[in-house]
Amino acid sequence: MAKSDVKLLGAWPSPFVNRVQIALNLKSVDYEFQEEKFDNKSELLLKSNPVHKKVPVLIHNDKPICESLIIVQYLDEVWTSGPSILPSDPYDRATARFWAAYVDDKWFPLLKELRTTEGEEAKAEISKKLKEGLVLLEEAFIKCSKGKGFFGGERIGYLDIVFGSFLGWLKAVEKIAGLKLVGELVTPGLAAWAERFCSHEAVKGVIPETDRLVELAKIIQARLKAQSAPK
Amino acid sequence: MAEELILLNIWASPFGMRVRIALAEKGVDGYETREENLQNMSPLLLQMNPVHKKIPVLIHNGRPVCESLIIVQYIDEVWKRGSPLLPSDPYRRAHARFWADYVDKKLYSLGKLIWLTTGEAAAKEELIGCFKLLEGELGDKTYFGGDSFGFVDVSLISFYRWFNVFEHFGNFSMVVECPKLVAWAHRCAERESVSKCLPNEQEFFDFVVELRKKAMTK
Repeated sequence: MAKSDVKLLGAWPSPFVNRVQIALNLKSVDYEFQEEKFDNKSELLLKSNPVHKKVPVLIHNDKPICESLIIVQYLDEVWTSGPSILPSDPYDRATARFWAAYVDDKWFPLLKELRTTEGEEAKAEISKKLKEGLVLLEEAFIKCSKGKGFFGGERIGYLDIVFGSFLGWLKAVEKIAGLKLVGELVTPGLAAWAERFCSHEAVKGVIPETDRLVELAKIIQARLKAQSAPK
Repeated sequence: MAEELILLNIWASPFGMRVRIALAEKGVDGYETREENLQNMSPLLLQMNPVHKKIPVLIHNGRPVCESLIIVQYIDEVWKRGSPLLPSDPYRRAHARFWADYVDKKLYSLGKLIWLTTGEAAAKEELIGCFKLLEGELGDKTYFGGDSFGFVDVSLISFYRWFNVFEHFGNFSMVVECPKLVAWAHRCAERESVSKCLPNEQEFFDFVVELRKKAMTK
């Protein structure tokens, strides 16, 4: 398929964009990447996603697809010759979708909150909830992987991509907050999985370096403080 | 194989209604419904949905499926009878998923701002805006799915009884603001799968009024 048939509107630090990039890599799809600026969205983005005005947006043969989880499922359904992303069994699919929704709706918002929280007590409270979530995900990993290396079994699947795309920010927030969330003691399965996932060829080079994200977080924090500072 | 199907639900829940409509569309009626009470959850609910402790939960041969839209997709994938709820074309599927997701992201939380408070103008404008956007997406089609009743129809029609709650507490008229959407809702309500799952209009309204009283006195 010609490169210009597939275009991804994205932003390098967005884990939601990263997950689409990983899926595209898994399917060996050639695509054009357009970097969007948060405070200066392109005409194409506003036209392609008028409802949410957000990245990622996949444009395939001039037709836009929005929302990262929907895009990943779309890729899986169109590029059927590549490795499958979602499991084939309906119950396993429902399980993968359940945990993807949990990660997106419950777990990641806590991580974002921790990134900007100050004060040891407040940080401790949020990190406790995050760790509880990680214990749930560790159990899910054991059930879904069935003794193999990934949530998807022997190969990377939907839940690997969805949760794995947050690993960059997870490491960055650990550094910013000065604490460890994933570790060999409490979540050994996840700790080993994280290494395996990040070194997978479809993932390498997609998830940004931890230090780069830490720097970006500092810039964002400074900007927010400047905006809300008394004049 | 003898199939065991149990639905943990609450009669007034729009989310539970989605599951019931989907099962009805597939001609699946040999299942047990257990009425839950969120103030006093059954051990089965706590065991089957320990993460969220919410309904609906569909227990199929002992295995739980949670989250209404995930359950609806599961039903669509397991029971192949009748016309599929999701289209077969990947682009149209993505489109349907997008709009069902939009309903989930916006309607319930915006709606709450209307009926749980004392008339916030901004929330009302946003909710009406939401309905108008959905009406635009419907266009002149019979259903959101086109000629066949589908995924987006199921996700939105489950909020039908909420329409006059929003109208009442938001002080506006749905038929004035989005007549095509109201016509669509009536069409859906004529389907057997929907009409048998809709709670009684007055009973539902009284239930919300009670909830509102309790919430506002806290």
